[in-house]
Amino acid sequence: MFEQDVKYLKFKTYLNTYCPHCRNTFNVEKKDSKSLDFKAIYKGQEIDLRLSPFLDVFDVESSVPITEGDRVEDLKCPRCKKSLINKDVPCGECGSPVAELIIAVYSKLIPFFVCMKHKCTWHGLSKADENKIKLKIPRQEMPEQDQKLRVANYGEVPYGYTSELAVLEAGRCLQCKNPKCVDGCPVNIDIPTFVRLIAEEKFDESAKNIKERNILPAICGRVCPQESQCEQLCILGLRDKPVAIGNLERFVADFERKMDLVRIPSIKTKLNKKIAIVGSGPAGLTVAADLQQLGYQVTIFEALHETGGVLVYGIPEFRLPKSIVSFEIDYLKKLGVRFELNHVIGRTITIDELLEHFSAVFIGVGAGLPTFMNIENESLGNVFSSNEYLTRMNLMKAYKFPEYDTPKPRGNKVVVIGGGNVAMDSARTAIRTGSSEVTIVYRRSRQELPARHEEVRHAEEEGIKFMLLTNPTKYIGNDQRMVKGMECIRMKLGEPDASGRRRPVAIDGSNFVLDTDLVVVAIGTGPNPIIFQTTPDLKRNKWGYLEVNPETMETSKQFVYAGGDIVTGSATVILAMGAGRIAANAIHKKLSEAA
Amino acid sequence: MAKGSIIRFDITAPKIAAKAKAGQFVIVRINETGERIPLTIADRDEFAGIITLVFQVVGKTTALMRSLKEGDLIKDVVGPLGKAAEVEKIGTVVMVGGGTGVAILHHVTKAFKEAGNHVIGIIGAKEKDLIILEDEMRAMCDELIVTTDDGSWGERGFVTQPLQKYLGERYDIKLVYAIGPIIMMKNVCNLTKKYKIPTMVSLNPVMIDGTGMCGGCRVTVDNKTQFCCVDGPDFDGHLVDFDELEKRNNIYIKDEKDSLLFSIR
Repeated sequence: MFEQDVKYLKFKTYLNTYCPHCRNTFNVEKKDSKSLDFKAIYKGQEIDLRLSPFLDVFDVESSVPITEGDRVEDLKCPRCKKSLINKDVPCGECGSPVAELIIAVYSKLIPFFVCMKHKCTWHGLSKADENKIKLKIPRQEMPEQDQKLRVANYGEVPYGYTSELAVLEAGRCLQCKNPKCVDGCPVNIDIPTFVRLIAEEKFDESAKNIKERNILPAICGRVCPQESQCEQLCILGLRDKPVAIGNLERFVADFERKMDLVRIPSIKTKLNKKIAIVGSGPAGLTVAADLQQLGYQVTIFEALHETGGVLVYGIPEFRLPKSIVSFEIDYLKKLGVRFELNHVIGRTITIDELLEHFSAVFIGVGAGLPTFMNIENESLGNVFSSNEYLTRMNLMKAYKFPEYDTPKPRGNKVVVIGGGNVAMDSARTAIRTGSSEVTIVYRRSRQELPARHEEVRHAEEEGIKFMLLTNPTKYIGNDQRMVKGMECIRMKLGEPDASGRRRPVAIDGSNFVLDTDLVVVAIGTGPNPIIFQTTPDLKRNKWGYLEVNPETMETSKQFVYAGGDIVTGSATVILAMGAGRIAANAIHKKLSEAA
Repeated sequence: MAKGSIIRFDITAPKIAAKAKAGQFVIVRINETGERIPLTIADRDEFAGIITLVFQVVGKTTALMRSLKEGDLIKDVVGPLGKAAEVEKIGTVVMVGGGTGVAILHHVTKAFKEAGNHVIGIIGAKEKDLIILEDEMRAMCDELIVTTDDGSWGERGFVTQPLQKYLGERYDIKLVYAIGPIIMMKNVCNLTKKYKIPTMVSLNPVMIDGTGMCGGCRVTVDNKTQFCCVDGPDFDGHLVDFDELEKRNNIYIKDEKDSLLFSIR
């Protein structure tokens, strides 16, 4: 029987292989596995040898155990029985005889060598051919929770890569000399290096490598829109699918956390300066980590009763488990960062009062003011802003009602307005509350959906309906002033607007009524007014967001910096972190010069 | 202080006490599984670092709060939130309070009195036992009238009756402040509208974060959507859509019962 299962070469590829003599193919496809079957001579005995479907890799199975370092004496084609040994070519590594197969790569036939010494990894391909083979590895998808089962729980949907899948996926990376992916990353993670380290199975080193640029890889791997950043620029994406950089980032970060390999760096210099950070979301956490490590004493002020900002009140458990967020926060606490909860800056303490006690202040409060459609009857019961809906469900844990006291909004026919990640999160949360029908209403077409592709796919798999090119015009209430319907109008795409997207135009007379008993409005957010009410000397731009110098993130007020959604408007976690990094460097520079 | 179902809490919260102004509120979360509820600050002592909350037991959280003893800790208190009441010297003002609204009114009354106004107070409740802070109000007001629905204390009837009398007799009333149940504030506003007397009300909608983030507390004022927690809680009573507020506040009544039943089980 096949007892041995030994890894042979470094990266895996599905390839078509042929006998150089009879052109028989060695590929054997069984029910759920592919393999290459050979006859071999080992210690004078004819044995069956099965190499893995992933060429250049060879998981070996054989009918008798093969000792490491031993040589197989001969490898034969099972059909023409001729020896595959090519005497003209010795192994490039150990000099042993090698067997020659023919492989097909993009309709080109290339000789491929298998060293007869067990565990020798030489295969004789040129770097160029090797890269061609890499193109043949399909992008590895993460195993996920069953579609039917997951709508009944709040557990995370993707399970993440196994180390085998991660190594396989990392092997696809071409290790470009001028990596484009790095340009696509707002914090310029050294992507080729961390991917190479995964391919070499140095997961710990890989995680440390990412952390030099990004303190929250486990979170970014889950919530970054990779398809419009690093992965969009991946060269592999031109011919095939790009390397799954986000999935790999998530894998190493999870590996490091689960294997307890996270180490708290010792802070060498202690500077006698204090920094205040307003808001414990992604921007604030980044500034805190950077400055604390430089020796400052950082204090984060958070208005809510839990740290993490949008990571805890906005993004649902099934997309970003809260245990991961609290692990990252704990890391900061171990670094020495102080957290002050239940402090609304602008009310409990003002920015000016902070400046009396702290050398610099960073404002990273996000864009915490929900936008409504401003259409008729918007104040009906069961019409929620996505912020309220998600805050109830995530932060207040209403999904565990009545174990937790905050009531869970329920609807049988739920409508979510909007096409971004927040809309997907709301819809997918709603389907988990047991709603029989959840519909996303979006005014543009599928192409313009701003949500991550993965979220859209997950939403569809979970049975969420998409009503595209549709815009609500008014809500209809019952006698209890609860929503019972929503009038919509069909849209068509007109001329491109300033953003380059085609502007949706209403089709006159196409109005219709959609039955619903719960509506979530997820059409974006605006700047929260609280800080401005008590700090009028902070300059704002025409949209009401904070005006900053883009090179330093300094506001119109000396020693006050800002970054994240409060500067850009609703954006992504990673952009907020990028801004935080710039601000941290600028604060350090300014305070060092001042000293 | 516990007078039947009305409870008074003095909470040590120095940072909030230092800042709290009349009309502002705090958000309280009693324990890990608790909900966030808004409670208006009834008084503060900035030197002792104490804020005073007065509330009536109506749901699960307030029931839990009643069970707390002196010296117990509350998980989270955040504030002061909302805009402070706009207080200036304008002459004669009438302060109308109903039920636990008197607790909030008391803080605002104090501010108006300190600003040098002539203050007329009208406070009411269902019955004698539910009249709160009468002595404190009497000490601050130049005139004070107490009403009860059943006549068990003071005048029999609603606060609107003495108010109507004042509005009919005195022409120097510059402002009416009404704080109490929605129905009371609505009736007061209907009355003062006739006499064209500016009226401020303090609203108490459903709230979660209290920082303008969720929009759950939206109220329609002057046909515009306002967020009570950042634009309020005090609004021009003549412009508030009270019917809508009442309906919105009743959305979770069934859940509230479920929640209570769950904790009893």
